[in-house]
Amino acid sequence: MLNASILKTADEIKSPRNAYGETLVELGGLNKDIVVLDADLSCSTQTCKFASKFPERFFNSGIAEQDMMTTAAGLAIAGKIPFVSTFAMFATARCLDQIRNSICYPKLNVKIVATHGGITVGEDGASHQALEDVSFMRSLPDMTVIIPSDYNEVKQAVKYALEIDGPCYIRVSRTNLKTVFDENNYKFNPKSAVRLTEGPDVTIVTNGETLIETINAAKFLEKDGIRAEILHIPVIKPFFAQDDLIKSAQKTKKVVTVENHSIIGGVGSLVCETLSENYPVPVLRIGTNDCFGQSGEQRVLMEYYGLTAEKLYEKIKNFIKK
Amino acid sequence: MIDKNCGFKDFTKVVRQDILKMICAAKSGHPGGSLSCVEILSVLYRKILNIPSDWKKSPDFNKRDRFILSKGHASACLYSVLAHCGFFNCDELLTFRQLGSRLQGHPSTRYGLEGIEACTGSLGQGLSMAVGAALALKLDKNPAKVYVLLGDGEMQEGSVWEALMSASHRKLDNLVAIVDRNKLQIDGSCDDVKSLEPLDKKLEAFGFVVKTVDGHSEDELTEALMFAKKADKPVFIIANTIKGKGISYMENNAGWHGKVPKSDEAQAALEELK
Repeated sequence: MLNASILKTADEIKSPRNAYGETLVELGGLNKDIVVLDADLSCSTQTCKFASKFPERFFNSGIAEQDMMTTAAGLAIAGKIPFVSTFAMFATARCLDQIRNSICYPKLNVKIVATHGGITVGEDGASHQALEDVSFMRSLPDMTVIIPSDYNEVKQAVKYALEIDGPCYIRVSRTNLKTVFDENNYKFNPKSAVRLTEGPDVTIVTNGETLIETINAAKFLEKDGIRAEILHIPVIKPFFAQDDLIKSAQKTKKVVTVENHSIIGGVGSLVCETLSENYPVPVLRIGTNDCFGQSGEQRVLMEYYGLTAEKLYEKIKNFIKK
Repeated sequence: MIDKNCGFKDFTKVVRQDILKMICAAKSGHPGGSLSCVEILSVLYRKILNIPSDWKKSPDFNKRDRFILSKGHASACLYSVLAHCGFFNCDELLTFRQLGSRLQGHPSTRYGLEGIEACTGSLGQGLSMAVGAALALKLDKNPAKVYVLLGDGEMQEGSVWEALMSASHRKLDNLVAIVDRNKLQIDGSCDDVKSLEPLDKKLEAFGFVVKTVDGHSEDELTEALMFAKKADKPVFIIANTIKGKGISYMENNAGWHGKVPKSDEAQAALEELK
């Protein structure tokens, strides 16, 4: 394992949503222009922490996401820095017009932090499982899109979002996740890919909650003598890490993408678009395959949709054999 | 540019001529809904809004009232009023809707046009924006007010009613909404397409103080807007207007929502507006 110092050695499972809520409180104390909006899900998204600390700067829109998103635009027009939260499904799919025309087009300083991205929403089923949100957000001009992988990375991603003067989308998972990154030694760097392992046989690009599965899959592959190069790319738009991807593909000549999202429009598409224009190599996209999700316990769903370490190992091994 | 302090009738006449000339030059645009709100915007910018025409150069920029044209398709009217109130040079009006122009088909903040506060055009969003701006001003203890002009057809958008709930729930006494009630939309009469009536009662039920006025009367508009300045609740002004006002063949005719007059029609219209 490369870069061992940036990795958390202790076994620890923490909630990325809590990381968001706690960071908002921290930032809210430092910057009085920060305001927070939620649509009746403040306990789920953890914006409730900010609400109890700074009630005058918290606005619950009720179950009215479109009004919330455009109200955030209005707050930004008048100089505030709104953080807007709800589930990824409602933030993006329901409010796409509002985000496009009222936030991205005027390039307003609005931060959309959506929780419950991906299949791991679990038992609530397809209506609540955002499998297209990254695709929607990635297609919008001037939008920054960040998909952090654990508690510590969410904290740094939220702080980075505040440094950008413009719209930003951060996707936070519902699931409590094993902490991958060390809170002291890992420094979030939007400009480059985090190369977690080095290897000549295959490049695996991932982010979000599939990072830990990919790391474990790479360990299985290694036992078979296959050395994978894992590129964790949390900021997929703007795609600062393009050169890192191309260099790795030049070395391994085979690329796999892994995401808790549809293979259409997300990380898989980004990698295919980049490589087909710069250095075409075979690519295997792993994610949900142009389908809706369904109800189930989150680990069961991860396995059903082929996103656990074991399933990734099988798919990647078959891909390399070809 | 005519003098901002000239007679009201002269001012509105020039704005109407501009709207026609701009749309004819661009060979596109929305005459009907631009002509219906000429008096509304003229009263706002001449008598009500406290917005420095030197815009960001003004030391009072942050204290300005905010105006959002939620019915962004009436951009030609807004541009003409802004130009004649000194925000930018009138020569620029004829670049309307051309490649590279700051006068986009629907208002945009991307091009640095003085006086433009928001990107609008996708209907149903201006009132929520106004709510957000009003909340921000209150947080900053800034006494400025937020004004927003909606179209009546636009009020069929559900998000408008979400925003109405927000405004009254948050007791936004610094918010003034106006609807250009010309009673027509692209596919015909609002009553036929999807009726808003009883609009005044609905708005009252949503917690607004409602004033209904003749939207072409300088005095009635002024009185209602002066009342709104002092109100302790959000105010909604229903401005009854005539779509296409001032050009007889366009008046009350939904067909002129987004149609460009032919050259003989334009000639006749300009004659009528003399």
